Amino acid sequence: MRYELPPIPTVDQVAAEARARSFTTRSIKTTAKRAVLKTIVEMIDLTTLEGADTPGKVRRLCRKAITPWPGHADVPPVAAVCVYPTMVEVARDALRGSSVRVAAVATAFPSGQSFLDVRLDEVRRTVDAGADEIDMVINRGAFLAGDYARVFDEIAATKEACGAAHLKVILETGELGPLDQVRRASHVAMDAGADFIKTSTGKLPSAATMPIVLVMLEAIRDHYRATGRAIGMKPAGGIRTAKQAWHYLVMVKETLGDEWLTADRFRIGASSLLNDVLMQWARLDSGHYQAPNYFSED
Amino acid sequence: MDPETAAETAEAGHANGRATPSRESVRQLLFGDRWDYAPAPESTAHVRWAKRYGHFIDGAFVDGTDHFASINPATEEVVARFATADRKVVNRAVAAARRAYEKRWQPLSGAERGTFLYRIGRIIQERARELAILESIDNGKPIRESRDVDVPLVAAHFLYYAGWADKLDCAFPGAKVRSLGVAGQVIPWNFPLLMAAWKIAPALAAGNTVVLKPAETSPLTAMRLAEIFDEAGLPPGVVNIVNGAGDTGAMLVAHKDVDKVAFTGSTEVGKSIQRALAGSGKRLTLELGGKGANIVFDDAPIDQAVEGIVSGIFFNQGHVCCAGSRLLVQESIVDTVIEKLLDRIATLRVGDPLDKNTDVGAIHSRVQLDKIEELVQSGVDEGARMHRPACRLPDRGFFFAPTVFTDVAQSHRIAQEEIFGPVLSVLTFRTPEEAIAKANNTPYGLSAGIWSDKGSKLFKIAGALKAGVVWGNTYNQFDPASPFGGYRESGFGREGGLHGLLPYLEVR
Repeated sequence: MRYELPPIPTVDQVAAEARARSFTTRSIKTTAKRAVLKTIVEMIDLTTLEGADTPGKVRRLCRKAITPWPGHADVPPVAAVCVYPTMVEVARDALRGSSVRVAAVATAFPSGQSFLDVRLDEVRRTVDAGADEIDMVINRGAFLAGDYARVFDEIAATKEACGAAHLKVILETGELGPLDQVRRASHVAMDAGADFIKTSTGKLPSAATMPIVLVMLEAIRDHYRATGRAIGMKPAGGIRTAKQAWHYLVMVKETLGDEWLTADRFRIGASSLLNDVLMQWARLDSGHYQAPNYFSED
Repeated sequence: MDPETAAETAEAGHANGRATPSRESVRQLLFGDRWDYAPAPESTAHVRWAKRYGHFIDGAFVDGTDHFASINPATEEVVARFATADRKVVNRAVAAARRAYEKRWQPLSGAERGTFLYRIGRIIQERARELAILESIDNGKPIRESRDVDVPLVAAHFLYYAGWADKLDCAFPGAKVRSLGVAGQVIPWNFPLLMAAWKIAPALAAGNTVVLKPAETSPLTAMRLAEIFDEAGLPPGVVNIVNGAGDTGAMLVAHKDVDKVAFTGSTEVGKSIQRALAGSGKRLTLELGGKGANIVFDDAPIDQAVEGIVSGIFFNQGHVCCAGSRLLVQESIVDTVIEKLLDRIATLRVGDPLDKNTDVGAIHSRVQLDKIEELVQSGVDEGARMHRPACRLPDRGFFFAPTVFTDVAQSHRIAQEEIFGPVLSVLTFRTPEEAIAKANNTPYGLSAGIWSDKGSKLFKIAGALKAGVVWGNTYNQFDPASPFGGYRESGFGREGGLHGLLPYLEVR
């Protein structure tokens, strides 16, 4: 039986943007700020996805992931390190014995424009190499052509290929157009078995924005209400400051509730965010900002 | 309303405390405090105000007699004491306004009058933070709203009408316009500064002078506004402010030398003003109560509609004449809408108005709280089903938890009477025709909202509603360029926009 899109409420762009903006006026101070900064670190998927990635670069990133701020035992490790498939073994070895998971992008990331069997084979081999989590991209071509069943089938097949590995489904919202489409794609991905839905590859200039993530969170909420399955959310790309990150956390807290405020259900894909969080942390400890060059750039 | 009843009818799983998910509530969302926002009180250290105020007449602060106290509704402490204007004081104020009209204001060119209004608008922007804090202290509204809505709109109103002051001749093509004289204006407590701006700015732009009486429970910011008029160099007597309660207001509107009366407040008082003014030749505009219908169709953007429902009824604690206090939902989606609405109100933060994270502040007065409690009890007694989040209310001050009634019949008092509090009545309809009929089935006619993704339907329904303001896929949007006002028992005359000049001009 071919998959059919369920009835999905429409999204009013103007009102969704206004609602998303309202979360940025929440004021987070003192004890709350400390708790939030720790939570952000725990939720980060520290990412390097460059053609120029080398084993050395990945190993350095892994060390940073395990111990983001040497000498400060209260700063937890990040959630995962996110790399290309060929770097999974390096990352797995470097992260052995730590709580940090290995995430890998697969399925002909970032465009997804390859043959399905090639993409599925890539997923299987990446999992075999030691990836705990697979970040796949959806077939935007099929989605924009209205072939939701094909998008669904490919995600379902990828999920099967993942085996025990967790599947994050990248919608690449920057290519989908209006928020209605984001809502639709979210439901297709969740129906097909996504463990997480994720905004973007980070390879486009337009990445995660608060209105887009809000619409995805609302889709997760409706899916949870309807099925009881709690899907995770991962905004990626464009989140560079601690302040931006806690605006997202406020939005999660007030849309899905506190149970989504853990790394099991919310991740942030980022590279430069971690150091900004550490700078804010240092300021809470010492009362003043330290220069960026006090924090390691790995 | 005793707390036990509240706990009984509160929806399971919407608890704010450290609730753990029970088997039944496995699909419930838990809005708890894994980490809560720490208190973020707006500092009041830099804001000073007097302990006693008289009146502002002929450009000077003058002493008065018979002082009454204005209460901070969040703490029940006295904010300041204000004099009561008797007949002599009102006479002085009106005489000052008349002199200023003839000698100082009317002789100025429109451009010159506009300059003062621009200056006032700019000073309000510069002193925005101070004004927002004072408004929240005296009124009880959350600082988020006074800072982000009230005060910016106050400045915007002065700046907007400043632009009209030198363009009156172009405003009504083919007609000559002339100012009326002295305007007597009486304003309510729900938006003290904003209502003052709505009244004063168009009156001055059109060339009139003003005697304003602020509400006796929220007069503080009007006195601060008087300081700003002074700072802007507004000629003495152009705006006069007299304090006092209903008696003072009645003396002002009935004063023989007042040419134009503008009143915003309750329908009851509005009717008595209209009776008193009959045959006097005075111009009158009234902006009175409402029982706004917020209509949600099955093709609506539901998540955004829920936001509109929330801002429609919980904005400013529901102390809004255009509040969307009747929610009309198409029956086929009512369960979904209620579920989402209850999830949403579980995240509303009720408490200290000066905390930057507070969404719903204090009920303005003990009198208003009693009225809300009485009407809510009538809803329970008449058989409607009450829902409210289990939020902790402060021990001191006047607070009321956001409340939603379902299973409401059109005949219930809570569906008919203006509650003027954070209380929503949910009714259902089956067809657009029924929605229109129900929305219009009220003595009022101020505001309405329509939620549908279908543009043609929006415009068709909007045309059929007897309401002065109809919002499409939004609610409680205000702009100085947009006229605002009601039909039927919600009053007559428009404020804002070009329409807002008309009540202050004679068009020939």
